[in-house]
Amino acid sequence: MSEIIVITSGKGGVGKTTTSAALGTGLAQKGHKTVIIDFDVGLRNLDLIMGCERRVVYDFVNVINGEANLNQALIKDKRTDNLFILPASQTRDKDALTQEGVQRVLEELKKDFEYIICDSPAGIEKGAFMAMYFADRAIIVTNPEVSSVRDSDRILGLLQSKTFRAESGLPPIEEHLLLTRYNPERVDLGEMLSVEDVEDILAIKLLGVIPESESVLKASNQGAPVILDTISSAGQAYDDAVRRLLGEEVEQRFIEKAKQGIFKRMFGGR
Amino acid sequence: MNTTNTEATLEPSFKLKGSRVTITILELYEYDYATFNDQLAETVRSAPDFFQQTPVILSLERCKDTGFIDFIELGELCREYGLVPVAIRGGSEDQLLSANVAGLPHLPINAAKPPEAPEPKKEPETVAAKNLVVTTPVRSGQQVYAKGGDLIIIAPVSAGAEVLADGNIHVYGPLRGRALAGVSGDKSARIFCQSLEAELISIAGSYKVNEDLQKDHWKKSTQASLTGDQLIVSAFK
Repeated sequence: MSEIIVITSGKGGVGKTTTSAALGTGLAQKGHKTVIIDFDVGLRNLDLIMGCERRVVYDFVNVINGEANLNQALIKDKRTDNLFILPASQTRDKDALTQEGVQRVLEELKKDFEYIICDSPAGIEKGAFMAMYFADRAIIVTNPEVSSVRDSDRILGLLQSKTFRAESGLPPIEEHLLLTRYNPERVDLGEMLSVEDVEDILAIKLLGVIPESESVLKASNQGAPVILDTISSAGQAYDDAVRRLLGEEVEQRFIEKAKQGIFKRMFGGR
Repeated sequence: MNTTNTEATLEPSFKLKGSRVTITILELYEYDYATFNDQLAETVRSAPDFFQQTPVILSLERCKDTGFIDFIELGELCREYGLVPVAIRGGSEDQLLSANVAGLPHLPINAAKPPEAPEPKKEPETVAAKNLVVTTPVRSGQQVYAKGGDLIIIAPVSAGAEVLADGNIHVYGPLRGRALAGVSGDKSARIFCQSLEAELISIAGSYKVNEDLQKDHWKKSTQASLTGDQLIVSAFK
């Protein structure tokens, strides 16, 4: 049984590709054969975050057009077993993605992979539609601010109406909320929406909360998924999310403000 | 040569049998050409497939008029809409006579009511409700319209969503988007919601926007209705 998971948000810059890389790596680490597909044709980023940009020869569009076969285009990750990347084309645009082509590639990948992660581009145009159309599950990446939440809500509406599952009357896509760049201190100050606020507006189940962390930017620039940074809070939060995705009960962390250390409490420092 | 004998040896060309068939009854309350014509046209329009040379019995048991009814005229009208009157049931002496003239036989009342026969389907009376029930959240960018009826939503209505109805709107959840009731002009339409957080509410064209709504009953369980042209929002106790 293989499963297609779309990582989507509507809004750009909220952490879709970071999440795709982290969750894909996490699933592979736990022994599930996983492929991450970059649907952001023309703005290829996934290969950078995964640190495999210099190994891209053929891409997703080449496979759709029959110019290369899947094995030529799939890049095997060097750090993690069971993990493959299907990069996007940098020289084409989203119109190169055809529904038949995408379906054919996904069907072929399904024979081989347990999890197929579709990294959606921002927006609600063709690339985003193609990424979500055949999905079984959706992870909605949202930042705790109103515009991101509004866009996520819009995407949720489209997932319920403009996807293969919706159009053919199959059980609806399973939706998960992943709240990224969360900062409990700023929530307390009223500068950021709280987990409860976002859950209340979107009314879908929470997969996890990824705290705002310097390690995310560092990981991106180094081309290593942040989940590999097991010391960082973001890395741990992504690992929790992967376990929840696989059906484990894991208590939510990183929602509360970090407890002050004993010295700070004694000397009242900030 | 005996003719009677010859006939007796022939195969019979028919046989009379008793049978019970389900047949539609057209129960007439009063008869006026224009009204009858209008209502029949309306009924046929709502279920055109039902009326295709459908035999009907005209029941006069509940007819207020006991006077003369022109069954020739009535029969022609019926046939025009695909109904074929085959008999009348009940009715006064005068009506019996005119039915006879129109070639419609008369069925006695009790014989027409077989004791265990199921109620014939009264198609015109079971008009399907045009209300629309929505059980999943109405998301930003989505639009739901209950044409000709009420809209009942058992989920949140997100900001940026739009819900419309010709009748009332009920939202069992927070109403954060735009809600427009009575969009075809019904001033008696109302909007009910569990938590009023709307961007806009409107009844038959009279509206209030978020800014006005925030002053009173914000996030409260409320209803909105029209008094004259004034949109009134009130909280439930």
